[in-house]
Amino acid sequence: MNPVIRAKGLQKSYGGQRVVDGLDLSIGKGECCGLLGPNGAGKTTTLRMLLGLIAPDAGTAMLLDLPVPQAAREARIRVGVVPQMDNLDPDFTVAENLLVYGRYFGMRDSEIEARIPSLLEFASLTNKRDAKVPTLSGGMKRRLTLARALVNDPDVIFLDEPTTGLDPQARHLIWQRLRELTQQGKTLLLTTHFMDEAERLCHRLAVLDNGKLISQGTPRELIEQNIEPQVVEVFGETSGQWAGEHAARYSQRFEVSGESVFCYVKDAQPLVAHLQGQSALRYLHRPANLEDVFLKLTGREMRE
Amino acid sequence: MNNRDFALPKLSLRFFPIWQRHWLVWKKIAAPSILGHLADPVIYMLGLGYGLGSLLPTMGGMSYMAFLAAGTVCYSTMNSASFEALYSGFARMHEQRTWEAILNTPVSLDDVVLSEILWAATKSLMSGAAVLAVIWVLGLSHSLMSLWMIPLALLIGLAFASLGLIMTALAPAYDFFMYYFTLVITPMMLLCGVFFPVTQLPESMQVVAGVLPLTHAIDLARPLMGGAIPPQALLHIGVLLAYTLVAFYVSLVLFRRRLSR
Repeated sequence: MNPVIRAKGLQKSYGGQRVVDGLDLSIGKGECCGLLGPNGAGKTTTLRMLLGLIAPDAGTAMLLDLPVPQAAREARIRVGVVPQMDNLDPDFTVAENLLVYGRYFGMRDSEIEARIPSLLEFASLTNKRDAKVPTLSGGMKRRLTLARALVNDPDVIFLDEPTTGLDPQARHLIWQRLRELTQQGKTLLLTTHFMDEAERLCHRLAVLDNGKLISQGTPRELIEQNIEPQVVEVFGETSGQWAGEHAARYSQRFEVSGESVFCYVKDAQPLVAHLQGQSALRYLHRPANLEDVFLKLTGREMRE
Repeated sequence: MNNRDFALPKLSLRFFPIWQRHWLVWKKIAAPSILGHLADPVIYMLGLGYGLGSLLPTMGGMSYMAFLAAGTVCYSTMNSASFEALYSGFARMHEQRTWEAILNTPVSLDDVVLSEILWAATKSLMSGAAVLAVIWVLGLSHSLMSLWMIPLALLIGLAFASLGLIMTALAPAYDFFMYYFTLVITPMMLLCGVFFPVTQLPESMQVVAGVLPLTHAIDLARPLMGGAIPPQALLHIGVLLAYTLVAFYVSLVLFRRRLSR
């Protein structure tokens, strides 16, 4: 079976700066794929090219077996989008937002009305049907945006930072819904800054930096391929000095960030034993996670 | 720079659900909106009509109030389309991101821009019809020919909506629209024959007035209100249509460039 989303050598520059640089990506049906990367890595631009909203400078993209942007209109009939920033209609109620949005897909009013109850139920908004958008909480708005993206019963759903700015309860509810969608066989492509989100939801991850795909695989593969399995974080005023004297002896790799030292190790036992004798230092021993991989691949410096 | 930006508009009926959206929003605020359509033009017409009209015996062969009535329909339709295309259009494009939401569906930018123009022209139609109703009630027009003012209001709306959208496409923020109103809309209101015949102006200013769209709108409106077929009607209609088509294309190119990021 053909992949649902396929990109080859995608390239896009703005004002001489290459934002996406030779990106290859292939996503199969029913897969949930996460695009990770620091701000400005080219995630949103990639999504916009795959949706056919902007034309690449070079390379080709296929969405649901249709070339985009050439046949973007036909392709988008079967696509749903959850944008990074809420763009619900503030003048409308919850139900009106769904009705008006469904019309853009050429759906008949009766057809949309028939779908609204199940969409509201999916978004846990049944009792908010006639509430105006400005009265909704951030989490409710996000869920309504998700319901709106499903109004046309799409095969593919694009989500640009779906849980940014939400509290933990709201995030968990969104995650649960996204998992239900993948169980229904929908294909999901999402961008996120949250490594726990990526680790929980995505079958496969693609890490972007400076417009280039620098690594991809399952969350487990990314961790196994890129980083030592154990991390010991060492804190304290003298941690910098300690790192200079001892860190290299006990760890395969270490990084100093302020008053914290991150030691990446295959076997943490000798290091932990040593640290137990250092009364001025505190430490935390944990398995390596995706955030460690991300920071290793994209560096610790701030991106603006 | 991209050749796709300069492609001719590809129009489809998919603009209609967007027009429906704007209509649904408008229905929620219909009462204050109709009041807004009426208050400003009617106060101008009555204030100037009685105040100035009592000093002037006739103007252009009719009472000053009747003279002013035709100009008022035209400038109030110009204003409704301009405000809608600039302020409301900018809100939908930029602030509320309504366009962004729509563009994620199988609707294209060409459809969105077309729907903006048609919606702003719809507002002109409503405002023109409202002012026309007041004119009838006041007995300032007795001819059925004045019913042609309704399609004319739509045409004026199309022209000024398209012109206004050029500004919307270029605007960094709402403040920018002040330039358009002070440098384009207000001069037109004063130079194009709303309050006095263009022939009263010095020759050089008449030349300027002659290329402005509102002049052509008023040249059509005043005879129609008096019950006559406007001289050179096809020329005036042609000018308004030309403004519409050229401005629509220019605004579309500008929107494509602005939103292709």
